[in-house]
Amino acid sequence: MTKNKQISSHRISSEDVDQLKDISGVNVYACYQCGNCSSACPAVEFMDIPPHQVIRMVQLGFIDELVKSETPWICAACITCTVKCPRGVDIARVMEGLRQLVLRSDFEHGNLCDIDEKLRKKLPQIALIGNFRKTIL
Amino acid sequence: MQLSYYPGCTLKTDAKNFEKSALAVLEHLGVSVDELADWYCCGVCFSQTRDNLMQQIAPVRTLVKAKESGNRQLLALCTMCYNTLKRSIEFIKDDAEKMETIHQFMDLETTQFYGNEVDVVDILTLIKQIGLEKLKNSIVKTDAGLKIASYYGCMLLRPKEIAIDSPDDPVIMEEILASAGCENVYFPFRTECCGSYQIVNEPEIVKDRTRKIVGSAVKNGADLMVMLCPLCYFNLDEIQQDIQKEDKSFQTIPVLYITQLLALLMGLKPDIHDFSLHSIDPRPVLKMKGLL
Amino acid sequence: MKKIGVFVCHCGINIASTVDIPKLVEDLKNYPGVAYIQDYKYMCSDPGQTLVKEKIKSEKLDAIVVAACSPTLHENTFRMAVQTVDMNPYNCEIANIREQCSWVHKNITEATEKAKRIIKSVVEKALLDEDLEPVKVPVTRKALVLGGGIAGIQSALSIANSGYDVILVERQSSIGGRMAQLSETFPTLDCSQCILTPKMVDAGQHENIRLMTYSELEDISGFVGNFKVKIKQKAKYVNWDKCTGCGLCIEKCPKKVPSEFDQGLGKRKAVYTPFPQAVPNKPVIDCENCTYFKTGKCRLCEKVCPFDAIDFNETESFIEEEVGAIVVATGYDVYPVLNMSEYGGGKIPDVIDGLTFERILSASGPSGGEVRRPSDGKIPKEIVFIKCVGSRDPENHYPYCSKICCMYTTKHAMLYKHRVHDGQPYIFYMDVRAGGKGYEEFYQRAQEEDKVVFLRGKVSKVYQDDDKVVVCGIDTLSGSNVEIRADLVVLAMAIRPSKGIEELAQLLKISIDQNGFLTEAHPKLRPVESLSAGIYLAGCAQAPKDIPDTVAQATATAAMVLNLFSREYLLHEPIITGVDEELCSGCGLCIAVCPYDARKTNREKGVVEVNEILCEACGACAAACPSGAAQQRNFTDTQFSNMVKAILAE
Ligand SMILES: Cc1cc2nc3c(=O)[nH]c(=O)nc-3n(C[C@H](O)[C@H](O)[C@H](O)COP(=O)(O)OP(=O)(O)OC[C@H]3O[C@@H](n4cnc5c(N)ncnc54)[C@H](O)[C@@H]3O)c2cc1C
Ligand code: SF4
Ligand code: SF4
Ligand code: SF4
Repeated sequence: MTKNKQISSHRISSEDVDQLKDISGVNVYACYQCGNCSSACPAVEFMDIPPHQVIRMVQLGFIDELVKSETPWICAACITCTVKCPRGVDIARVMEGLRQLVLRSDFEHGNLCDIDEKLRKKLPQIALIGNFRKTIL
Repeated sequence: MQLSYYPGCTLKTDAKNFEKSALAVLEHLGVSVDELADWYCCGVCFSQTRDNLMQQIAPVRTLVKAKESGNRQLLALCTMCYNTLKRSIEFIKDDAEKMETIHQFMDLETTQFYGNEVDVVDILTLIKQIGLEKLKNSIVKTDAGLKIASYYGCMLLRPKEIAIDSPDDPVIMEEILASAGCENVYFPFRTECCGSYQIVNEPEIVKDRTRKIVGSAVKNGADLMVMLCPLCYFNLDEIQQDIQKEDKSFQTIPVLYITQLLALLMGLKPDIHDFSLHSIDPRPVLKMKGLL
Repeated sequence: MKKIGVFVCHCGINIASTVDIPKLVEDLKNYPGVAYIQDYKYMCSDPGQTLVKEKIKSEKLDAIVVAACSPTLHENTFRMAVQTVDMNPYNCEIANIREQCSWVHKNITEATEKAKRIIKSVVEKALLDEDLEPVKVPVTRKALVLGGGIAGIQSALSIANSGYDVILVERQSSIGGRMAQLSETFPTLDCSQCILTPKMVDAGQHENIRLMTYSELEDISGFVGNFKVKIKQKAKYVNWDKCTGCGLCIEKCPKKVPSEFDQGLGKRKAVYTPFPQAVPNKPVIDCENCTYFKTGKCRLCEKVCPFDAIDFNETESFIEEEVGAIVVATGYDVYPVLNMSEYGGGKIPDVIDGLTFERILSASGPSGGEVRRPSDGKIPKEIVFIKCVGSRDPENHYPYCSKICCMYTTKHAMLYKHRVHDGQPYIFYMDVRAGGKGYEEFYQRAQEEDKVVFLRGKVSKVYQDDDKVVVCGIDTLSGSNVEIRADLVVLAMAIRPSKGIEELAQLLKISIDQNGFLTEAHPKLRPVESLSAGIYLAGCAQAPKDIPDTVAQATATAAMVLNLFSREYLLHEPIITGVDEELCSGCGLCIAVCPYDARKTNREKGVVEVNEILCEACGACAAACPSGAAQQRNFTDTQFSNMVKAILAE
């Protein structure tokens, strides 16, 4: 992440932002950066960008940085952020939208072969399918 | 009471003990369920996109089958399935256009599904419907004196539209267990996520969650932790051992499906429990408390 | 035929850019009745009004139509103007071609055509308008103030000091309101009771103020200047005429219950005054808790009272009064912590609301001002304050900002630090709203001198762990989640209107907003009046505000009441629905539909009569009348039908 970022009307309402809005159906402009989503997120410690900053960055149009971030792939789709948000921002849907932005540009994020052999044998289907649904399809 | 039953993938394999104990408990309470003749994987994780209806086809096909069965209620034991089916209904109901598109992609199904003909129900709500008094009367081991930590996880409580109880402060498991004569242990992490499918790619997250959730249940003096989700179950049961390997001071706690516990309290046959599927063996505690 | 003048306003470009004014003027020039027509850039300006006045004289006009903005804005302006040239104001009509035409259309041809039809129809109305004279009503110069908090006290004193009688009604047994519960007040940190009690005493002793505590409004009828009110005083079971307030009964009463005034931290007796400086300082018996009322035995208070003042047979009593103006100052309640399950509200004893903390801080509070936590009386060393709890949360609680909590939480942290020098206060905040004289400086002092740690972000969860209360939150400025193992957690709960506000508003026929606060007549220009004439608002019942704002508003409210009282008579709008006695069959259908009880049958004449003062000209009777006898003045059936014809004509 660069420290000095350019903000412009063009960037704030770029096509990427629109596409994310279409996929997720979320109005990110309701967010007032209280941080409750991040405060409650079970996986925040493992993320490079905490959820409230993800929303902030969408507001500012920093989609190019978000699609490079690990955060959407760390997100466990537990919906805690969404129920915690006092402004009704569906953060979990924004995370899904970001995953989809990546996956729809013909790019798989997960790789079945990367899964630890020993673990894979033990895993219930529910874990594998859930994971594929978020990282491959 | 007659209802349809949708098992989903995992209940036929890794979570057989959940299915067997749940069906036994229901039967004991006088409820028999019809397993759908044909059912499909629900997709596990509900697709949260607004613009992609393909992902709704799997759950809708199952819902069509449920409608054809003629029963109004469809029981989903697995909470992931519950969540996906229920949210799918929320997403498409009252939207004729969406329904139309989905139907165009379903060749085998002839029945039209509109969204409100089938009600997906979880087992906790079902037990409350059957009646807590009836449950109470069916318990034979009334003096086990078990201290139970009820773990809710995510899928029954979030998002709000499909929550079976208050997402912040649910009480339904505690109510059921109180009626069954157990002492409830309140622990603050009972509604927090276990890390879910991240066990596949990011097992460290699950380890971190398990440490916190289990640690909090143990600290508050629970003998056992009960839950309903096969994925939470795997994460919280299996991973405890991994943690203990790294950290000897970590105290483990046996994990059961809530229906296993109810079955034991009802005095139903232990062979429905498949204790071999458990990573932390619950038998010592259960024996100590006279349940085995 | 009357000679009508039409004056078309451009409203800058507001009208002129969408309506082709030259064409409009040209086309209307020959409309029957139009004797003169003229356009102007700003008709409401001084030159515009002068133009209207001059033309009325020079053209000998009988009536005028001003085609401009909505009549709610300038009808009054022009009616006043025409009066100066001896035209009856009811011969001045407004045709709204801005809100109803130019603002809502884009196509010039269509908008011009529509404007023309609007003006024609108003011309038709003006042709049949009659001269009307306002109805005169006398004013009862006595005020009723509901609510004895600082707002009600301030209003009552201001009115009383101007020489008018006031009835001050308070539902608790003492006046004082919430301010009496506070410790020290921001930004000057003066003791709340020390500045409040002199005012309470003043109100209690004022020759023009009749204090009615333990009372509530029961019923009301009438209208501005002439309300009839019925006030209920609950049964006190203590005869206040005999009671001297010696307090012997309180001393001897064996029954203790949690004190509401101390937010449940301390105890009071079943016979009690809420706090020692109560005004009036006379006890009441709380029959819900009194041993005698519950078991039929005890009556100790009766035995010890030297003045024979205890009266177990007392019942509720009613008084009826006539008043000219009513001030609603019923204040606020704190949103209960029970609603915050994620913060352990109601479950964890060391999670409390701000008002409870005020009692802990208060020198007259249950711990004498020493900061001790409720669970075990320990002095908290790490204390967390959370702001915006229940406020600014449209998803789960209230959408609005409670306005006072930013400042009082800063005050709490500061006062805590002054009492517990080695303690550490933390404040979780989303914004710091410190707009007010000396407020920003106050906030800076807390940061710099008292080392209050401000953490920017919300708290997602609070739970008990051993004897600590764990607070899980975030500091968005550093981007990290933070956890504090605290000894005490204080929630700055939202404030909301007092319980019972809906019923009261219904009784008074005034409106409340979506959050239950009383609605002012105009958010900027008429902030202390309700939409019902003669009913005024003050204090937190209207919106959250602190003491300085409350006092300022309450004083302004009193000024409005005095404004009303400065007149001997009120002029009531003459547009009312009359009765044509020739046509009226006396069927009485109109009586049943009138919401204002303005109509009744005159048995001798066999027709219906209307009380011109009560009639609000809603027209319900005119619609119900089968014979056309009920006609609204200057809104007659003939006028309406002519207007409709003018609009629909080719
Ligand atoms: C924790 C806390 C700390 C605060 N600290 C400060 C501070 O330091 N400085 C500051 O400026 N402000 C402070 N405030 C704000 C202050 O309390 C209010 O501004 C002030 O009390 C408002 O006065 P009021 O008369 O409008 O309402 P209230 O004080 O609520 O008085 C209303 C009165 O009306 C009565 N009533 C209600 N309904 C009826 C009815 N139907 N009939 C008859 N009577 C009725 C009530 O019993 C009450 O006595 C604080 C508020 C809180 C919650
Ligand atoms: S909880 Fe909602 S409002 Fe708060 S930072 Fe997250 S998205 Fe924004
Ligand atoms: S009668 Fe009631 S008020 Fe009187 S002393 Fe007994 S308990 Fe107290
Ligand atoms: S005054 Fe401050 S603390 Fe209170 S609701 Fe408004 S912003 Fe939040």
